[in-house]
Amino acid sequence: MSNPEFAIETRALTKRFGDVVANDSVCLKVRAGTVHGIVGENGAGKSTLLKMLFGFYQPDEGEVVVDRTAHTFADPSAAMKTGIGMVHQHFMLVEPFTVLDNIILGAEGSAKLEDARATARGALAALERQFGFNLPLDTVVEELPVGVKQRVEILKALYRGAEILVLDEPTAVLTPQESEQLFALVRQLRAEGKTVLFVTHKLHEIMAVTDDVTVMRAGKIVAERKTAETSTGELAELMVGAKVAREKTREAHGERVIRLSLKNVSANNDQGVRALKAVSLDVHDGEVLGVAGVAGNGQTELMEVITGLRQVAAGSVEFDNVVIASPDVATNPITLRRMGMAHVAEDRLKTGVVESFSAEDNAMLGYQREPDFSHRGILKLKALAETAKRYFESQDVRPRNPKLAISSFSGGNQQKLVIAREIARDPQLMIIGQPTRGVDIGAVTKIHDQITELRNAGKALLVVSADLDELLAISDRIAVMCEGELVGIVAVEDADEKTLGLMMAGEKRRAS
Amino acid sequence: MAAARKLPFWADNILLPALNLLAAFVVSGIVIWALGDNPFQALSLLVQGAFGYQEAIGYTLYYATNFIFTGLAVSIAYHAGLFNIGGEGQAMVGGVGLTLGVFAFGPHAPLLGVFAGIVGAALFGAIWAFIPAWLQARRGAHIVITTIMFNFIASALLAYLLVGPLHRPGGQMPESADFPAGTALIHIHDLLGMMGISYDNNPMNISFLIALLCAWGMGFLLWRTRFGYELRVVGKSAGAARFAGVSVSRMTIIAMMISGALAGLMGLNELLGEQHRLLANFTLGYGFVGIAVAFMGRNKPLGIILAAILFGALYQGGTEVAFDIPNFSRDAVVMVQGLVILFAGAMEHLFRDPISLLFWRFAERKAA
Amino acid sequence: MIDLYADTLLLVASTIRTATPLVLAGLAGLCAERAGVVDIGLEGKMLGAAFAAATAAAVTGSAWVGLGAGLATSLVLALLHAYVSITQRGNQIVSGMAINIVIAGLAPTLAGAWFHQGGQTPLLSGGARFTEINLPFAESLASVPVIGPLYSEVISGHNIITYMTVAIVPLVAWMLYRTRFGLRLRAVGENPEAVDTAGISVAKLRYQAMAIAGLLCGLSGVVLSTGLGAGFIRDMSAGKGYLALAAMIFGRWKPVPTLLACLLFGFVDALQGRLQGVALPLIGEIPVQFTIMLPYVLTVLILAGFAGRMVAPKASGIPYEKDH
Repeated sequence: MSNPEFAIETRALTKRFGDVVANDSVCLKVRAGTVHGIVGENGAGKSTLLKMLFGFYQPDEGEVVVDRTAHTFADPSAAMKTGIGMVHQHFMLVEPFTVLDNIILGAEGSAKLEDARATARGALAALERQFGFNLPLDTVVEELPVGVKQRVEILKALYRGAEILVLDEPTAVLTPQESEQLFALVRQLRAEGKTVLFVTHKLHEIMAVTDDVTVMRAGKIVAERKTAETSTGELAELMVGAKVAREKTREAHGERVIRLSLKNVSANNDQGVRALKAVSLDVHDGEVLGVAGVAGNGQTELMEVITGLRQVAAGSVEFDNVVIASPDVATNPITLRRMGMAHVAEDRLKTGVVESFSAEDNAMLGYQREPDFSHRGILKLKALAETAKRYFESQDVRPRNPKLAISSFSGGNQQKLVIAREIARDPQLMIIGQPTRGVDIGAVTKIHDQITELRNAGKALLVVSADLDELLAISDRIAVMCEGELVGIVAVEDADEKTLGLMMAGEKRRAS
Repeated sequence: MAAARKLPFWADNILLPALNLLAAFVVSGIVIWALGDNPFQALSLLVQGAFGYQEAIGYTLYYATNFIFTGLAVSIAYHAGLFNIGGEGQAMVGGVGLTLGVFAFGPHAPLLGVFAGIVGAALFGAIWAFIPAWLQARRGAHIVITTIMFNFIASALLAYLLVGPLHRPGGQMPESADFPAGTALIHIHDLLGMMGISYDNNPMNISFLIALLCAWGMGFLLWRTRFGYELRVVGKSAGAARFAGVSVSRMTIIAMMISGALAGLMGLNELLGEQHRLLANFTLGYGFVGIAVAFMGRNKPLGIILAAILFGALYQGGTEVAFDIPNFSRDAVVMVQGLVILFAGAMEHLFRDPISLLFWRFAERKAA
Repeated sequence: MIDLYADTLLLVASTIRTATPLVLAGLAGLCAERAGVVDIGLEGKMLGAAFAAATAAAVTGSAWVGLGAGLATSLVLALLHAYVSITQRGNQIVSGMAINIVIAGLAPTLAGAWFHQGGQTPLLSGGARFTEINLPFAESLASVPVIGPLYSEVISGHNIITYMTVAIVPLVAWMLYRTRFGLRLRAVGENPEAVDTAGISVAKLRYQAMAIAGLLCGLSGVVLSTGLGAGFIRDMSAGKGYLALAAMIFGRWKPVPTLLACLLFGFVDALQGRLQGVALPLIGEIPVQFTIMLPYVLTVLILAGFAGRMVAPKASGIPYEKDH
């Protein structure tokens, strides 16, 4: 068979959800045997495009051309048959199954599992040799680290005969070192003649690993470039549609008042496993302490013990020199708020708001017992409506209708409302989790500026984020966590991606 | 995604329930037809039997009273994110509490006996709900299964009490002695009579008004009070509840106890209002039907009242049908209720999606 | 000593008998939940199958025709629940309860209309029942000490469905853990998206699982009215569907532990039968209403005592929707 120039091509692919056009006449061209990047901010339509490429959504108009043949994939298996393999951002793995069972699921061949497994072992051994994998086939997936799970997903796609691999935000959950290993694997795949579609919003990854890049904005392709002929600056402009210019105004530290102090704090996770191990740290007034780490290394539990959501097993947490949490002390979040602590929850939809409530009802979540909102147990609905209106105006939340369900607002607007609620009472200490997760770029800048403003106003802030760029931009010091331990704390002047990455992987470094 | 569009209030709250009801009636009609009877005759008998004359209306509202109580019970638990299938057992045990209260105080002061009966009914119902709630909150025992088990246990307990300690001396039936004279809730027709309005005798009594009061109270509690707000937060998101400083396990227990108390109050109508003695299995499945009432009523007080009247009519009308159509027994009424639960409670998307689509198309055409 | 041994054997034999419908229903619930559908309608399916089997057997005089009718009825109900839960994405608990209530009303209505015996079917006898099968040499070996009574009382003398159940347990386990279908079924209950993206239809798989659940539950209803009983009587399932569900949870959604949990329930049920009217030392005679409570109280205790350690299939009870 002759080698087509394009491994995959879409012709005027369009997908609508109600009134929203998620993909508008998208014409993507991916050269065979290359690594092709797709960048765009959240909501630019990348995920929708991928889901159509993989047959998970069906386009309203247009078609996908693979190997010179036009297709409209009815389901993922149709896409797989043409050699498209997808590695989803959220892994499509059955956690209690072994690696082997996960790989063969849906491509078993034989009706008897024993035979299916035996056949697969042979084929996988060859694949692993070709691409340099070494996966524990008989280990249960839930016991594996994230980076390995991702390799399972890639091997799963290769096992199904994928010629074109689609990686959706593959580095979101990886340490920088794991990301490097992934890039090496991607290059290996290209060397073996595979085509890789690499989707990300991190520009330096595009520069590091791709040959060509396509930029998406608001459901459309706005530019196509050869990677060698572009720059992160140009790509960023193309993504946002305007020049990105930000400068930080950072004022010098004032007095070093310790606002929050953790002393050898340990805590268990929901499964009763020690998830936080003897963590000690201080947060001062007028500083942002960033907390970095690969997801699931104790950051969540750290925030929870501070904000009164998790029992401390050992050690103590002091806020304003008062012990608020220790094995014998637990403080209700309501009391903590009254003491001047605010909490922007990292999982906004599960914790920070009640998804099915109106924006208005969410405007008092956590503060419902304050006299502004209730008197002798009776709600003050009029005062609530006025407060919500004020929040909407102060943060420019849109659409300007507090009666709408919070779920009908974009992530950025939800977060703006949450921040308005949390800063309304002028808290001295703010615990902020993933400040810009699922937030569009316009709002990101505003939220970052706001954090800096609060810091300059002398507040103490602890910010947990999975995004190193974000932490480097807003923090004064960065604490790094790995496997529940505090690996170290570095001043932002001494920190860069590489050192932080090593620390996230558990390499010890003396606190500075 | 068309289904995500909001329907107008009347379509959501009147048209859809009506279509679901119609579907349940059509299936019931087919069963009646298969048994060799005329479904249209049955329907006309049913409507006549439920609303055709003064006594019928009284009976309909009398049965509706039971359904309001059990519907509210299911609903308040549901708002707290809990599935209380134990209304039946809570009503039975509530009946025991009512009887104990009545016998403790009634012989000396009838009015006090009535009050003690009301308190006893609510208290015992709440206690019977407390145990599964506690087991769920502290031990993680699934409340759906434990409340079902507590129905069986309550039923056996009631049976024991009615042949044992509470048995009518010298009686043959599993029932208690008659309540002391005067410990009863006044009938509505008597009340009307006092006001000079004559109305045919029927079992409807002032527990209907108490039920309406409870419905209003639940609405006020849920949407106007801080407690209700916190209860609804717990029901929608355990994570957000903890964030807001609300104890999920504490709320689970309180919500279930209110639910159990409401289910327990059902005995007011049946025992204190009409039977004037405790009977085995006086709950007759009202607790289960409460699930359908709550769902059909969209878990809102007014909706629950309307749905309860509908089920009351079904019950009363069905009983009348059973007189004239021998194949259509009490059991058949249970079947019709089950079908209404199926269509109104579990299959609400059956008509919602097509109707939404229709509205959407219509709106598009209008815009174009 | 010999009396005690004989008594024990009788108790074990009756444990096996009473456990049979529980085991079948428990496995039915297991297949449904492992695939991600919560089936609280086991009770109704069991009752429906019991009624259909007794009716068909009474009319035709053949227990096997009854078996077919029972399986078909339960299958239809299972597919109805599947339609509501999978296609309509309705509330699975409400759907299950509704089916239970519909059948509780419909079965005696039909029985009343057809047989005029107050909501029952006529008493079944002879070929219309699955009677006890005496295995070869059961009688001649009965006199052999120790082993003889064990063979003749415990191993021999059950109906065919009980013997079928003995084979069905390993069969279900084999299906779940040794076949492609079982792998997919277990996967769809844990992570339906993984199954969907692997190119397998989530809905089809769940319908298939519900069909199996329907057949198994049907068999348990059949044994109620044509094996253990001799005809259909009102509410004859008496909460066994719910008990089976509890046993399945206690058995951690696994076939063999579920079997053991069902045997425990069967034992308690057999014991409560033996306790009726017997005066115990110290306590005296326990009122029959309290012995009836035993299985239900045990269920609550088990759920309360061990519930924390039980992890349900992750996706069970959650309708699958593509658009997140």
